[in-house]
Amino acid sequence: MGYQLSRTTADDIFKQLKKDYRIFAPMVFPGEGCYSDTDVIRYGEAETLQDIEFERKSDYSFKEALFPINETLFYFTEEETSVPALPDKGILIFLRSCDIHALKRLDSIYLNNGPEDFYYKRLREKAKFVLIGCSSTCANGFCASLGTNQTEDYDLYLKISDSTVLADCKCEELAKYFADAPKEDCVFSPDYAAENQEKVTLPKKLSVESYKNPVWDEYTSRCIGCGRCNFVCPTCTCFTMQDIIYRDNANVGERRRVWASCQVDGYTDIAGGGSFRKSQGERMRFKVMHKLYDFEKRFGFPMCVGCGRCDAVCPEYISYANLINKLAKEEPCE
Amino acid sequence: MKNEYIPFPSEVKEIIRHTDIEYTFRMSYSGNVLPGQFFEVSIPKYGEAPISVSGIGEGTVDLTIRKVGKVTNQIFENYVGNTLLMRGPYGNGFDIANYKGKEVIIIAGGTGLSPVKGIVDYFSSHPSEAASTTLIAGFKSPDDILFRQDFEQWKQTLQVIQTVDNAPEGYEGPVGMVTKYIPDIPIANIENTAFIAVGPPIMIKFTIMEILKRNVPEENIWISHERKMCCGLGKCGHCKIDSTYICLDGPVFNYAQAKHLVD
Repeated sequence: MGYQLSRTTADDIFKQLKKDYRIFAPMVFPGEGCYSDTDVIRYGEAETLQDIEFERKSDYSFKEALFPINETLFYFTEEETSVPALPDKGILIFLRSCDIHALKRLDSIYLNNGPEDFYYKRLREKAKFVLIGCSSTCANGFCASLGTNQTEDYDLYLKISDSTVLADCKCEELAKYFADAPKEDCVFSPDYAAENQEKVTLPKKLSVESYKNPVWDEYTSRCIGCGRCNFVCPTCTCFTMQDIIYRDNANVGERRRVWASCQVDGYTDIAGGGSFRKSQGERMRFKVMHKLYDFEKRFGFPMCVGCGRCDAVCPEYISYANLINKLAKEEPCE
Repeated sequence: MKNEYIPFPSEVKEIIRHTDIEYTFRMSYSGNVLPGQFFEVSIPKYGEAPISVSGIGEGTVDLTIRKVGKVTNQIFENYVGNTLLMRGPYGNGFDIANYKGKEVIIIAGGTGLSPVKGIVDYFSSHPSEAASTTLIAGFKSPDDILFRQDFEQWKQTLQVIQTVDNAPEGYEGPVGMVTKYIPDIPIANIENTAFIAVGPPIMIKFTIMEILKRNVPEENIWISHERKMCCGLGKCGHCKIDSTYICLDGPVFNYAQAKHLVD
């Protein structure tokens, strides 16, 4: 249930929204891909509806809108610290069903694991979520296997074509922008991928014993520890603190947090030289067990949402989906 | 809403030099804090480091810092100005109630003594609250011995074995790893014991092996884990083992739970 609008009307509404919201959406950055003559699709601030990539899945997830790649926690001078202010505007984030499911995972860590995170929460409270439907499956995703291919938890759903736009608004605040626009009531439900090419069966009998499974050893030679899988993952939340000082005045600087990867050297290093999980196999086990088992044990639902971005980005063609299936296949039948 | 990441300045009240690379910084702090909890201590420009509380006084906490990393090197060289930035305390800490009335045996290696020092101090000043208290503390060499003055006091009220791994000829104190002394600890009732083991991972491993050889129930053993902790708030992920966050759920664990943790 929702309305149908003309594209021109939708463009006007977007202009109005733009006055009150910073709009983060997947956008194509031509020529900025990893390889020569390739594009990258990542999040940026969209100026118009035209800027947004509705068809292809983004290479990087929406999480940077709520958890920036590097985020200043405070500035320091010799005596004082001050917290950077946020723009007054609200935040509108365009994302897919798998990503909305990932949002619940981010909330678990940042709002429900120990004290609430000040920086995440202040962005989260300003944010509204606009669902992009999936009219067909993406290449690597396996959302249907994990039940993350559909969601009701959106503030606005938009389906765009050249001449018309379908909109379903569940949020009172956003509904105001549509109130006076010429529109017709229309019955539809958001597009979703009912089936994927990639299918996984979740292993059901993982336990602490799974840590000893020799399956992980393979990755000691295959994985190069670049951490890209973590950086594209919409559910990875790790960061490291970093102090920087300004070149012009060494007494002034800032403390930041920057994204961290459990696959990269240094992640577990403690002062004095100790470190844990030295091999890539152990690190792969740590990551995969977190996504499939440890997180669920703590929060009651699995962490991975099956977006498939890790498989798409891996320079060593490691398939996490394949690994899941391998783990499931090994389990004795009931 | 409280911003947990903003540190507060804390005055350096006193510095106790144990060795060339290990000092205790007595910091002004008047809030609730338990032995085994930790603070994130920082100097702007150099970053933060998690440091355990090694003593609790009236309006002060002791932080025994070893000069081994980027931040701690700077703390040793740049505490002039007489303040350090701190946030915390974090972690669960040791709950004295778990040990009262028991035969308490504390086994510590090197700076591992810091997090348990509050427990040792407590039973040293309230000896009748434990059935008995034994401290086995190991250091690499006589030059590495920490808390020398405290040891003198503890020896008055507790059974203390202060040992060193290696010593030059002519050294008169006990020599050998802490594990060497575990088989001979007098125990009246094995069910009524409380063992606390803190130190480097390898030391904890062998210490627990020795303790278990004496048929001590697993639930009677506590350990404290050291891990990288950037936030102390269950967010940064570095200290996670399995589904456990050392900074939130620990660093103090009963061994019956800790034995399931695989890094």
